[in-house]
Order: sequence, then structure tokens, then C-alpha cells
Amino acid sequence: MDIPINYYLYLSITIFTIGILGVFLNRKNLIVLLMSIELILLSANINLVSFSNYYKDITGQIFVLFTLSVSAAEAAVGLAIIVIFFRKKDSIHIDDINTLKG
Amino acid sequence: MNTILFFILSIIIIISSFLVIISKNPIHSVLFLILVFFNSAILFLFSNAEFLAMVLLIVYIGAVAVLFLFVVMMLDINITKLRQSLLNYLPIGILIGSIIFLELFYVVSKSNFIFIEKNIIENISNQAINNTKIIGNFLYTDYFLLFQLSGLILLVAMIGAILLTLRKRLGTKKQNIYKQILKK
Repeated sequence: MDIPINYYLYLSITIFTIGILGVFLNRKNLIVLLMSIELILLSANINLVSFSNYYKDITGQIFVLFTLSVSAAEAAVGLAIIVIFFRKKDSIHIDDINTLKG
Repeated sequence: MNTILFFILSIIIIISSFLVIISKNPIHSVLFLILVFFNSAILFLFSNAEFLAMVLLIVYIGAVAVLFLFVVMMLDINITKLRQSLLNYLPIGILIGSIIFLELFYVVSKSNFIFIEKNIIENISNQAINNTKIIGNFLYTDYFLLFQLSGLILLVAMIGAILLTLRKRLGTKKQNIYKQILKK
């Protein structure tokens, strides 16, 4: 435990901010938006694992397993939605997703 | 030595996660995402989480990133058309991103974590039994309901993904069992 926990937290918040920026700046490609969500989940995982190592408690690592399964499910359903959207509109442009007029 | 390695890994992770969101070609994004996950797996090894490091390699790189790669290759995306109005949302994105970053940075820099010594049963620095065994001991006893629920989530996601992408095409020959049985 020679690396301080603050370094892990700084790394984690940097990845989180990059993921948020990816959601905001990327208005063109829906797949890269899903990748940004994966980055956000990865930052949460780094936080959980570093605190699990710091407090010598295994619960954090177990919750990382649940996060992994949920993110895998989210990626599968999101990509399926992207595929059927592409089949319908012939693009994955975010500006084309305006069927609900939201 | 470990700290230097940590800094090198962190710099690689941050640069490649920037490249994930700014690269023009989606395939490059997927490859940089794989780099981010690989370096995070090495970081998990630093934090004494060997099992999770290997699970990260298998699940994220082996399944999720390859799934992304398949979808990127299947869809015929026009790359030149993709980069038109990036600058439209740049000011609001920079504003919200910097606010979130500064708030989190302030919280982390002002916080001091008090080390609490836990029960010896939950101690993962106990080197006599390995990390995987401890995770199994807790996952299949205390967190068994959550474990089954995560399996249920994966089942629902699988059924949903199959049902969403299933389509009936005209002209394909299919077997109609009902008709076949009733045929005289």
C-alpha cells in the first residue's frame, strides 16, 4: 500500500470527467457515447477497488463484479438498440434521433 | 518504483481515454478503449485485486470491446460526415466538465481518510489464502442473492438483445411446425 489513495481518486475523477466530456462533446456518433459511459463505469470501478485495498475489505471488489455484469448488460442492450436504429434510419447520427421530439 | 509505474500507467490511461472521445474513426476509439482497460487491469493488480484484474481483461476486453468492434464494423458509418458540429456543444461541455472536475478535485483534496482496522476474517492482506478464494467465500454466502440477481440481469439483457435485433425477413424459408404436424 505504498501508493496513496488520493492518487487513485485523482485518476478516477479525471477519467470520470473525460467520460462526461465525451457524452457532451460527442454529438455525432452513438457508439462513442456508449464508450464514454463505459469509461465512467471504469472510474467507479477504480474507486471501489482502491478503497477495498485501503480498508482491507473485500466488499468493494465484490461490488465491482456486480458493476461489471451490469455494464456488460448495458453494452449489449445499447448496441442492440443502435443496430435496430441503424436498420431503420440508416445512420447513427445523434441529431437523427428525434422521433420522440424531445 | 511503484509510484513511478503508477504515474506512467495513469498518464497512459488519461491520454488514451482522451483519444477515445476525440478520435475521428470509431475503430480507433475502440482500440484506445482496449488500451484503457488493459492499463486499468494492471492498476487493479497494484491494488491486490488479482481476480478482478483478470475478470476485467476477460469481460471488458474479451467481450464488451469485441462487441463494440463488431458493431462498428457491421454498421456502415460515414466518417467524414461525423465531424460537423463538434464545436456547437464545446462551451457547455467545457463548462459542465470543469465544474464537475473542480468540485470532485476540491472534495478529494480536502478529505482525509481514517484507516479503520476491520475484523481479521475480512482482512484481505492475509496472504495465506488468495484473493479469489476470499471473493468466492463472500460472494457465495453473504452476497448470494445479489449474485443471483446479477445473473437475472444478464438473462434479461440477453433476451432483450435477441428480441430487439430479431426480424422476420420476406423470402427466407422457415419451418412452420404447426403446419407440418397438421399436414395430412
